[in-house]
Amino acid sequence: MILQTKNINKFFTDPVRFQALHDISFDVNKGEFLTMIGKSGCGKSTLLYILSTMDTDYDGQLIIDNEDVSKYNQDKLAAIRNHKIGFVFQFHYLLPEFSCLKNVMIPALRLGQYSEQEIEERAYAKLKILGLEEQALKPASKLSGGQQQRVAIARALINDPLLIMGDEPTGNLDSRNTQIVFDIFKELTQEYGQTIIAVTHDNDFAAASDRTIQMQDGKIIDWDYKG
Amino acid sequence: MKQAINSEIAFTYISSNKKLTAVAAMGVVLGLAVFIFMNSMMAGFDKQINESIFKSISHIRIYKDDEISKPLKNDSINPSLIINPKVVPTSNTIINPNEIIKLLEKHPDVTVVSPQIVTSVFYNNGKSQIAGSSMGFIPERGNQMYNIESFMVDGSYQAFMNNQNGILIGSGIAQKMNLTVGDNISLTSSKAVTKVMRVEGIFQTNNSREDKSRSYISLQAGQQLQKQGPTYVTDINVNVKNSDQAEKYSQLFSDLTGYKAEDWKASNETLVAGNKMRKVIITFVSFTILIVAGFGIYNILNMTVTSKINDIAILKAMGFRGGDVVKIFVTQAMTIGAIGVTVGLALASVLIYALQHFYIGGDIGYFPIYFNLGVFLKGIAMGFSITFLAGYIPARKAAKVDPVSIFRK
Repeated sequence: MILQTKNINKFFTDPVRFQALHDISFDVNKGEFLTMIGKSGCGKSTLLYILSTMDTDYDGQLIIDNEDVSKYNQDKLAAIRNHKIGFVFQFHYLLPEFSCLKNVMIPALRLGQYSEQEIEERAYAKLKILGLEEQALKPASKLSGGQQQRVAIARALINDPLLIMGDEPTGNLDSRNTQIVFDIFKELTQEYGQTIIAVTHDNDFAAASDRTIQMQDGKIIDWDYKG
Repeated sequence: MKQAINSEIAFTYISSNKKLTAVAAMGVVLGLAVFIFMNSMMAGFDKQINESIFKSISHIRIYKDDEISKPLKNDSINPSLIINPKVVPTSNTIINPNEIIKLLEKHPDVTVVSPQIVTSVFYNNGKSQIAGSSMGFIPERGNQMYNIESFMVDGSYQAFMNNQNGILIGSGIAQKMNLTVGDNISLTSSKAVTKVMRVEGIFQTNNSREDKSRSYISLQAGQQLQKQGPTYVTDINVNVKNSDQAEKYSQLFSDLTGYKAEDWKASNETLVAGNKMRKVIITFVSFTILIVAGFGIYNILNMTVTSKINDIAILKAMGFRGGDVVKIFVTQAMTIGAIGVTVGLALASVLIYALQHFYIGGDIGYFPIYFNLGVFLKGIAMGFSITFLAGYIPARKAAKVDPVSIFRK
């Protein structure tokens, strides 16, 4: 078990008090490709940001890699994100002034586990998995949308995270690029045993994952949703 | 290693936005250059004024103050009363001056002690007569105190030292009485003593009142003009190491000697007040300029933070701490500051150098501005602290960015 939640409740107080999540408890196993679906406003993104440790304003327990992180301070959480979690968002959020290679290297440079030389080699390797080794030295802003998203995935992979979290990772892509990203995710789980949690609107994307959680009004209504 | 990536990001932001960096650095350049320049100018003025003022006065003057007559005993039950009290007509001589001089010389901060007699005299040469005052001192000590040799225009100080009947006169007197070195001049004191003295030198302080009335004679000649013996001394003048702190010693010397000790600041209050005012104005103006430069950096950093808010959000998501984000933006500010300070120092040096060679004339000559290490160091420290503050505030703001609120937009 890689990630576990126990009775997570989340309230928004602005503009009025509103319960966004009701007693969410579920487990994510290693190597699992998990998707979360549901209508807009059902709380799936809110839940994902709690799982990501970036949102700390909730009640309940969040256990990542057998560590209860719900009471950790910001700096400790930052270290966990750096080491154990990779992110892919709807928008790529690459640093436009840097080359693709550098963008991929940044989280590893922050972690400082390897020398810069090794990190560069590893970043090349990740870009190669995603078919981008040709683009490595181009500035991130010069790539197409699909390529940028793939660089973002390479960046998420650089520290060999326990978990990859995606918030609508294909939301901004055309169907061809969606297919590419989806194939990459599939390959990562099947061949590299990578655990992935992704929020999506795309039912085809969800259908092809290992497990789909369906949410409605801040509650999980289906634990293993099939199309 | 972990630090390296922070500064790498900071340097990339700087180099990818060269124009903004240049504008912000230019602000620091001008601010710092003007700050150093104005403070050097102030130091120059101070030096100039001190030099000219200490040509004729000492740091501390010890003399016997006039006493007002008092009842002989202080009886609170039957108070005796003096109606219309007056100044007690005692001699204004300092008793046992040699002991006092020895005592003062023991103090480690005292540089020169000079016993003196100031006499009001008439200078007579043929029919022409000028009223003035003559200062009698031991020539060697007098020169140490006032550095008279440096503003002599004719004659030699050595000859004056060797001739007890020699006199140094101001250039105004020399001109009016048509005197040159080697001529004789007769002095008549208020005690009706007339003494013929030989002009051994002519000095020019560029203070025309001094030049038209002042002369220097030996201590013995002064005693003769006052019809007094060899222990007669009216003033003991003292110079200390730091003239700015003269007031700290005046009370001490007063207690030590039992006579009134007055520092130059107390006897030249108008001048000191003028100096103080100038200092306040220059400090205020130069600080304002430096702070305006700080606002330039602040603005530009703020803009950078706003335009890089996505970068900040993703960096935080990827595990950069608040402290890392602060470091990125503070590094950026400090780099701009370092560029600004370096160029600013160069510009300030050029300005000072140029002004040093600017002739004003009068008794000032070349513009009184000097390279002063203290001012430069102060400028560097101020430049860096202001850029640090100007960078730290937006950096704190950047560190507080909530990544979730950016990603959910």
